[in-house]
Amino acid sequence: MEIAERIRKVIEENSVMLFMKGTPDFPQCGFSGRAIQILEACGAKFGSADVLMDPELREGIKTYSNWPTIPQLYIQGELIGGSDIMTEMHQNGELKEKIEALNS
Amino acid sequence: MVKPEDIKKWIEQYLAQSEVKVSGDGRHFDAIIVCPAFYGKTRIQQHQMVYAALGDKMKEEVHALSMRTMTPEAWVKEETEHK
Repeated sequence: MEIAERIRKVIEENSVMLFMKGTPDFPQCGFSGRAIQILEACGAKFGSADVLMDPELREGIKTYSNWPTIPQLYIQGELIGGSDIMTEMHQNGELKEKIEALNS
Repeated sequence: MVKPEDIKKWIEQYLAQSEVKVSGDGRHFDAIIVCPAFYGKTRIQQHQMVYAALGDKMKEEVHALSMRTMTPEAWVKEETEHK
């Protein structure tokens, strides 16, 4: 399957999806670690993919989203942002609201 | 090695009337970007505009850039609140 197609599928199947470096238990980068902490603080159930294990995904996700950095958070197929935007949205409560709205 | 002033210059050249503050150690940088072109744009679009300003430098020279983007209005509000 082509990489863009793979990405589309995974963000469709996981309403909250994080592309990151490392795994939720062992993030390999401070920014990915922060993204995990925020998602956990929001009580989110989320899927994750480790781009370090998949060079094609690592490049493909940057092209797919026109976003050159990782982590990248998607909610319901839409790019929400990287760790800076996640931090801002966590501080003002927007992210939690968005995540809770998924369960209602 | 990339200096914070380089990043400031690259962004300011690309984004008209922007004001940029950057700090960093040559690998990791923090930036605040204030620009009138951010009006009416989502946060995602604002960050994409900054990434576009940095282009390939983002892939090669700059390992990590944390940023906050703001319209001039939001910036004034923030300044006032902190005084």
